Amino acid sequence: MGGVRVLVGTRKGAFVLTADGKRDQWEVSGPHFSGWEIYHLKGSPADPDRIYASQSSGWSGQVIQRSDDGGATFQPVGNEFSYDGTPGTHQWYDGTPHPWEFERVWHLEPSLDDPDTVYAGVEDAGLFKSADGGKSWHELPGLRGHGSGSEWQPGAGGMCLHTIIIDPATPSRMFAAISAAGAFRSDDEGQTWRPVNRGLQSEGIPDPDAEVGHCVHRIAMHQSRPEVLYMQKHWDVMRTDNAGETWREISGNLPTDFGFPIDVHAHEPETIYVVPITSDAEHFPPDGRLRVYRSRTGGDEWEALTNGLPQQHCYVNVLRDAMAVDSLDDCGIYFGTTGGQVYVSADAGDNWAPIVRDLPAVLSVEVQTLP
Amino acid sequence: MIRVVLPAHLRRLASVEGEVRLDVTGPVSQRSVLDALEGRYPMLRGTIRDHDSQRRRAFIRFFACEEDLSHEAPDTPLPDAVASGTEPYLIVGAMAGG
Repeated sequence: MGGVRVLVGTRKGAFVLTADGKRDQWEVSGPHFSGWEIYHLKGSPADPDRIYASQSSGWSGQVIQRSDDGGATFQPVGNEFSYDGTPGTHQWYDGTPHPWEFERVWHLEPSLDDPDTVYAGVEDAGLFKSADGGKSWHELPGLRGHGSGSEWQPGAGGMCLHTIIIDPATPSRMFAAISAAGAFRSDDEGQTWRPVNRGLQSEGIPDPDAEVGHCVHRIAMHQSRPEVLYMQKHWDVMRTDNAGETWREISGNLPTDFGFPIDVHAHEPETIYVVPITSDAEHFPPDGRLRVYRSRTGGDEWEALTNGLPQQHCYVNVLRDAMAVDSLDDCGIYFGTTGGQVYVSADAGDNWAPIVRDLPAVLSVEVQTLP
Repeated sequence: MIRVVLPAHLRRLASVEGEVRLDVTGPVSQRSVLDALEGRYPMLRGTIRDHDSQRRRAFIRFFACEEDLSHEAPDTPLPDAVASGTEPYLIVGAMAGG
């Protein structure tokens, strides 16, 4: 039957939730790294016992933790993230130049085939790589230095590189997304990059053809069809069928197209999930009803999934890295909220149940499908 | 023997309980104490002072003998009571930043 291990990062520690394939009885371990912000944990696809965690605090900055035993124990590894060369400046909120300064790691993306290789997306936006299990890190400067970096500005949450996707069919191809700069693609293992934002419209940008400046919140890909990407932008849900060359809007009948996470069913590449949020000022579900929306048509046509989710007085948010899917036969969908709940659906979204209700605010959710 | 007290979040990171006792060679200063501390506990590198600049992180403070020594130059000798181990060197998380 197999089982699942859900890795939850919160404002005050990490939690590991495990269950068998039924996903109805859960064991909860944690908090790991109690008191620290855990922006993200993710397991290696090549070795599920290898897990990387981004641990940070306002007092003591960044720590990277590594587990070699499936999250039972962790050891700190390297935490030195120095930008390549002279970092230069990007734009500050007021449009003035601001020096590039490392703040934290938002996202860790292990290599598809080497447990010792892992990428880190950081704030201020940059992409780092480790090839020795997280002991040492070096920047892939082609992204920050490709030409538009001096024009990038932070979003409200900081200027973060929050999404890293490795194309499973063509591992030299990678995608990265930055808030609020946009989506970028590399076809040479991250050495050189270019913006891939044509078709995005952002009302805060006067130039309708602007190549950068878009507040991309999240991008998702189905492994069987890597040329198709789905995007939750600040406003608008988008899709590309040509690896980012052009995007089109697929918001359709969503009650609001603002939101943060987006994900794809493990076995149905046209089935996608979003969590609509009222607006950029109101970071909670419309009408106080927590609804996941599912499209089985690759966008445009959406249905609300509510069974088991609170349908009154609910004013939580779901952050960009806080949704995941497992790959069991009945695809499981998971998401965590800023109110500390982690929900699971073991039937692709038809029915939901809380795994835990009272964690610290959830920053990230990842799931490992175990044999 | 220098006695160092870490804040709780760094004690957990370094997997230590209570005070840390360090042998410091040469003049006892903020720099030599932190060098010895990070030598014993490499996971603390970057969490008290910046990797590159070696400057104290903004929300970390250094206290000893009922004085705030945070703004002392890194090579300023620490009080004799710290150098002799009579008093601990306190590394403190400021009342902000958590």
